[in-house]
Amino acid sequence: MIIASNVTKKFGKLAALNNVSATCNKGECIALIGPNGSGKTTFIKSILGMVVPDSGFITFNGRNIIHDWMYRRHIGYMPQIGRYPDNMTIGQVFSMMKDIRAHKTGKPVDESLIKAFGLDQLLQKRMRTLSGGTRQKVSASLAFLFNPDVLILDEPTAGLDPLSSEILKEKIKSEKDKGKLVLITSHILSELDELITHVIYMQDGNVQFHKKLSDLQKDTGEEKLARAIASVMSKK
Amino acid sequence: MKKITKYVLTDILRNKIIIGYTIFLLLISLSLFNLEDSASKGLLSLLNIVLIIIPLVCVIFSTIYIYNSAEFIELLVSQPLKRKQLWLSLFTGLAGSLAFSFLIGIGIPVLLYAATATGYIMIAMGLLLTVIFVAIAMFAAVIARDKAKGIGLSIFLWLYFSLLFDGLILFVLFQFQDYPLEKFMVVASALNPIDLSRIMVLLKMDTSALMGYTGAVFRDFFGTNTGFIIAIAILLGWIVVVFWWSLRKFIRKDL
Amino acid sequence: MKKLIYIFAGLMMTGFTSFARIIKVGKQQQVRSISQAISLASAGDTIWVENGTYREKNMVINKPVVLLGINYPVLDGEHQYEIISVKANNVTIKGFRIENTGVSSLEDIAAIKIYSCSNVTVSGNIFKDTFFGIYSQSSVNCLFENNKLTASAKTEQASGNGIHCWKSDSLRIIGNTITGHRDGIYFEFVTNSVIWRNDSHNNMRYGLHFMFSNNDAYISNIFRNNGAGVSVMFTHGVKMFNNYFEENWGDASYGIFLKEISDSYIIGNKFLRNTSGIFMEGASRVRVEKNEFKDNGWAMKIQASSTDNVITRNNFLGNTFDVGTNGTLVMNSFDHNYWDKYEGYDLNRDNTGDIPYRPVSLYSMIVEKNPSAMMLYRSFMTSLLDKSEKILPTLTPENLKDNYPLMKPLAL
Repeated sequence: MIIASNVTKKFGKLAALNNVSATCNKGECIALIGPNGSGKTTFIKSILGMVVPDSGFITFNGRNIIHDWMYRRHIGYMPQIGRYPDNMTIGQVFSMMKDIRAHKTGKPVDESLIKAFGLDQLLQKRMRTLSGGTRQKVSASLAFLFNPDVLILDEPTAGLDPLSSEILKEKIKSEKDKGKLVLITSHILSELDELITHVIYMQDGNVQFHKKLSDLQKDTGEEKLARAIASVMSKK
Repeated sequence: MKKITKYVLTDILRNKIIIGYTIFLLLISLSLFNLEDSASKGLLSLLNIVLIIIPLVCVIFSTIYIYNSAEFIELLVSQPLKRKQLWLSLFTGLAGSLAFSFLIGIGIPVLLYAATATGYIMIAMGLLLTVIFVAIAMFAAVIARDKAKGIGLSIFLWLYFSLLFDGLILFVLFQFQDYPLEKFMVVASALNPIDLSRIMVLLKMDTSALMGYTGAVFRDFFGTNTGFIIAIAILLGWIVVVFWWSLRKFIRKDL
Repeated sequence: MKKLIYIFAGLMMTGFTSFARIIKVGKQQQVRSISQAISLASAGDTIWVENGTYREKNMVINKPVVLLGINYPVLDGEHQYEIISVKANNVTIKGFRIENTGVSSLEDIAAIKIYSCSNVTVSGNIFKDTFFGIYSQSSVNCLFENNKLTASAKTEQASGNGIHCWKSDSLRIIGNTITGHRDGIYFEFVTNSVIWRNDSHNNMRYGLHFMFSNNDAYISNIFRNNGAGVSVMFTHGVKMFNNYFEENWGDASYGIFLKEISDSYIIGNKFLRNTSGIFMEGASRVRVEKNEFKDNGWAMKIQASSTDNVITRNNFLGNTFDVGTNGTLVMNSFDHNYWDKYEGYDLNRDNTGDIPYRPVSLYSMIVEKNPSAMMLYRSFMTSLLDKSEKILPTLTPENLKDNYPLMKPLAL
């Protein structure tokens, strides 16, 4: 579904992505893991077209994304930090997004997360009055709102309380089961165990490995993702 | 695109700074018109506000707004939207709301107290300067990644257009004072929207007689209907060129 | 017997000439034309002209008569002729409407031209579309009063002056209204004359044009909205009292333009809304006192060639620039004026500011050196320059200052 071929991106001298290639298919739930500054966010942004690679290319459903902006209607994106215009209400943010997207997909909107997070009670609140956690809930709800085929979640559970975090995980799982492609970056490896099928491990702009979770577990003999990664790291 | 513009507009129009700015302009213009003994004097004092304060507020407010909206812009870029549309919406929203403030704060008092040709032309120039400096702010914001640098750059650009440019002109005038510089001055004025607006307003005021021979050259050029249209076209050109340049940068920018 | 009758008749004739006769001219009268009446008249007669239009080409008055119009009879020059030529002393012309003289670029065609005469009175006439109105050439002791002269000048070349006086002496020009001419009143080599209570406005060039005319006075006149204001040149001993100089706006317009003037007085005048109130070039020993300068571009422009002038006890109000000058050495005195831009203080409350006022701004110096810099008028740059110069004067003339500026405007 998404194929990255030899993607390279430099910011000044720093190579944020160094010849990265990866293939992501439907029904997969991929964890994008790596230390800070390893290029995870840059990779996500490249897929979203927010960062333009210096060389290499990315295709979405077989089409190069560089000349195509409509492919993004198939993606739901939850950014690491969600900030919205101070004076807009939650309701306005949702209706603006619907204005932008709803008519383009033709699919019915999925407001289950809005309800699950209880945001439907807060529609009149202005964005500047919200806590970081509530803003994350808004970002998450927006990502799932349009039933996209691909979900890209950048640190989705950071800043969420355990309960909301659980709601979100359940939602991710159910979407994965519907055959969608999910890309997650997270520092908290422990909570990814039950969600993911594949792991991409990045370091210094390079993809160290891209494996099925089961293969990784087999190779390392560890059940837990965190331990498996640690064991890979220690081998090097 | 209209939708995003609409949301940006409603967001900015509720902004405390914009509301404060509108009230500030309204108070200043009303008090100037009431303090000065004639409307044309009030207009002359108001000219300084239009030429200095308005560009400054527009450029700083817009730059800060763009930086504060960075994450929101990122989110919108990840949506199925053309970047061009998004940038144009932001521009329209910013320019529209600041122009609205200007119309309320200065346009209405001028229409009430001095609905003369000079008054109309001052409103027109204020609106054009508002839009030009929004475009300049967006340019500064798009080329500097860092917020502090971006604000610094936009203040520098404001300083350049309102002060340094005139200093350079003065320097050139004295370096080449043995040459006829009137034509040069006409061209130079086109290179600075603040100067051009100031001259357009002054030409409509009776003070233009003070400007002597150079003034006469300007009057011959910009004082006619054709000249007026040319001046407006130059100012619109400023908007188009600066905005187009910032758009080009924005389309290629890594967010 | 026949002889007796001849003698008697002769006596009768002389008797008629010694007693002033009245000759009536009109459509109903025996005498139908003024020229005919003049030829019939003898010295001291009155020619009584009834209402009507008279087209008599050029009329020459060659004997001392009174020409009196009843209900403004029209003397029409058909755009070709000089209408009245006065070639005798003691002529009075009163109560006519004089129209349409010829226009020539070679000779000065006038409605009434006075050729080297004395004691001529031109009073209460209406002049309409005349090239020159009243033209006094080498004449003495004439009176031009209460005339109304209106022309519609389009170009300086195709228009003449309202009241034009050349090489004359002891003229009195009183209460005339002059508009639409090249110069309203023109004086060249005219001495010991007075110009009083005239209103000269909307003339092409100068309201009053004054050259080589010593020891004259002009008092209580209004000069408004003339192309270039009033010009007084190459003269000494002029008294300019209580006049209004108003709204002389334009690139080269002045309230008064003074060139090579000495030992003169400018007192009690009002200068309102002129590009330059007073422009002085090569003026010396001129006293400028008790005038009001209000809303002018420059209240005064004083070229460095002007020396020993005294500017005192004037009000300077709302002028864009108070004083402009082109030199750094200034030999004129500016003490005891009121300047509305003065920002000093008066600790001992004697109504005199404790620190001197400098009426020349840095920007006005810059403009004087480099007129193109006027394009920066009202820019942020120039106001900053002026502010810094005020705090730390470096470039403006050191001795051009009012050492005793008044705190309150004078009642003028």
